[in-house]
Amino acid sequence: MVAVQAQDDLRRVLDDEGRVLPGARVPDVADDVLRNIFDKMTLVRVMDDRMMRLQRQGRLGFYMKSIGEEATHFATAPLRMSDWVYPSYREQGAWFYRGYTIKQFVDQLFGNANDPVKGRQMPVHHSANWLNLVSISSPVGTQIPQAVGSAYAAKIMGKDDVSMVYFGEGTSSTGEFHVGLNFAGVWKAPCVFICRNNGWAISVPREKQTAAKTFASKAVGYGMPGIRVDGNDILAVLQVAQEAIDRARAGEGPTLIEALTYRVQGHSSSDDPSVYRDPKEPEIWEKRDPLNRMRNYLTHRGLWDQAWEQGLIDRYNQEITDALAASDVTPPPPVESMFDDVYEEMPWHIREQKAWLMAQARTKSPHHHG
Amino acid sequence: MPVMNIIQAVNDALRLQMRQDPRTVVLGEDVGKFGGVFRATSGLYEEFGGERVIDTPLAEAGIIGTAIGMALYGLRPVPEIQFGDFIFPAFDQIVNELAKFRYRSGGQYPCPVIIRTPVGGGIRGGHYHSQSPEALFIHTPGLKVIAPSNPYDAKGLLLACMRQNDPVLFMEPKRIYRASKGEVPEGDYTLELGKLAVTRPGTQVTLIAWSGMVSIAEETAAKAEAAGISVEVLDLRSLMPFDIDGILASVRKTGRCVILHEAPKTCGFGAELIASIQERAMEHLEAPITRVCGFDTPFPYTLEHEYMPNADRVLGAIRQTLEW
Ligand SMILES: Cc1ncc(C[n+]2csc(CCOP(=O)(O)OP(=O)(O)O)c2C)c(N)n1
Ligand SMILES: [Mg+2]
Repeated sequence: MVAVQAQDDLRRVLDDEGRVLPGARVPDVADDVLRNIFDKMTLVRVMDDRMMRLQRQGRLGFYMKSIGEEATHFATAPLRMSDWVYPSYREQGAWFYRGYTIKQFVDQLFGNANDPVKGRQMPVHHSANWLNLVSISSPVGTQIPQAVGSAYAAKIMGKDDVSMVYFGEGTSSTGEFHVGLNFAGVWKAPCVFICRNNGWAISVPREKQTAAKTFASKAVGYGMPGIRVDGNDILAVLQVAQEAIDRARAGEGPTLIEALTYRVQGHSSSDDPSVYRDPKEPEIWEKRDPLNRMRNYLTHRGLWDQAWEQGLIDRYNQEITDALAASDVTPPPPVESMFDDVYEEMPWHIREQKAWLMAQARTKSPHHHG
Repeated sequence: MPVMNIIQAVNDALRLQMRQDPRTVVLGEDVGKFGGVFRATSGLYEEFGGERVIDTPLAEAGIIGTAIGMALYGLRPVPEIQFGDFIFPAFDQIVNELAKFRYRSGGQYPCPVIIRTPVGGGIRGGHYHSQSPEALFIHTPGLKVIAPSNPYDAKGLLLACMRQNDPVLFMEPKRIYRASKGEVPEGDYTLELGKLAVTRPGTQVTLIAWSGMVSIAEETAAKAEAAGISVEVLDLRSLMPFDIDGILASVRKTGRCVILHEAPKTCGFGAELIASIQERAMEHLEAPITRVCGFDTPFPYTLEHEYMPNADRVLGAIRQTLEW
């Protein structure tokens, strides 16, 4: 079996079979926390599978899976609820772990009247201020300096909250990545940067994003530590995240974490990776599947059994079925809601446009919704 | 003549130009082996190799900034911005650099960079895959802005852009990338920039549109005709410079004008057109010029069909103009 390259700077705790590596330091994580993470990782799998099938049936407009990358989502697990998270579009596990519900998730995908963002954004662009999970944006990288701003704001306001921000390795090419890390370094902002290096930015391989050997090494130029971790090894992810969060909270400044993982499937439901990459490449990584490794580890520890996992799968499948059924009978957001939230108070010209549209709607019906 | 869609027409223009002019290079995200997320650069990497069809790092400011340097040095770069919505990281490079290079250097440094980007909504893409940002760029002196609505124009205009020396924002209507099909000559031809097309002659009202809205304009004109109203449809094609003579010729004939655009109304290009027309043809106007536009909100997801202008709305505006 092909192991993750044994580079000196790659933090690992588990081997590919989920056994603790000789000499590895095992992070101190409570059993119920581990089981909860496995639980939510299972939910992500079930959700991704169900939603992608719906998309393929033409019932859902768009979806993005994170299969094979789920362990990286749980770098958020050591955070407090008062800490802030700026996700990219591929960290579903972070949402569920912090308390976002299956129903909220599904309502957002369908942009229905119960969608927390009122049908304003494409599928997978969630927002949950009650969980300190900041609204996802499609333009990649924009969230990086924003997270630094929130982190520094906490410091200015005398709080010890930390901000964590996620982005893909492709996004490390954006100006915002460099700007954000530089500000964070200068300000010693309590910010943890998680670069999910899944090898691909749509069709562009990581070698075309940087000539540096690792993404973690970019931290050097900004005066902060850069840590490289096996992103499919849940224990190693939890360990480096805890260290970075502790450092940030203690006033020691930001950390860049490169989580080495792999995008096992297409970029999104719109993508066809067979056009640009060797189909053998994902096979290698399937053997390093984070869920399998975690399951094996929990089994060694006596924290896993088949009935428990099957119970989770069955329960989540049922909850998703229920959420879909509820969504099916939920109308789209009311037409007039389109004009809300542009400003705090609606200016005259938008009021006028709204009145015009509502008058139209009464006479003719150009609407595709019933 | 072969029938092509807009993607194929763009692809054909790029291939032709790259064969003729070894200085022409394509760069952008996913444009290489993948052939672009909309497949507009499909096959170019195989034919011209990775030094002329360049998969760049993910950074629009880098794509446009390096394209500028390439153009200054003597190449003819045709960068692709994957979606018009993602052009903004490059806004500084486009507005402050690309558009001003010729002027600020006293004519020493022309900067022939042709930026291709898909625009417009109707693909269930939410506000980050649907915007129509033309007004921001038309408002930038030094840039040409071209917005074809069909395959024939797309090929002829893109070839023309690649053979002149000013920077261009070439906006492609993504909603009808594949749906819009038509006969496209094989081989070389160019269309003059700055000239509109009368896509449907008429006598009572001038209806001005461009890009993805031309098909809505034509649908409206057909409905109007059924109701006994004769509408002349102008496809502007070239937004900067725009064909003021062509517009005035039509408006002087009809005396009435409706402008249709997908972008938000306020400070949209329609406002400029109205000002330009009334400055020159006030005495010919029988009614105020009206606009049918996107609303002044960000582009919504679920309610996109309620947001976008449609034939009923345009017909309503036409009737109002006639009844004024
Ligand atoms: C500024 C910007 N440019 C282009 C895009 C189109 N796009 C969406 S995702 C993506 C690739 C991102 O790759 P990476 O950062 O590695 O994240 P991953 O998808 O692998 O998780 C691109 C080019 C975008 N969303 N934003
Ligand atoms: Mg990636």
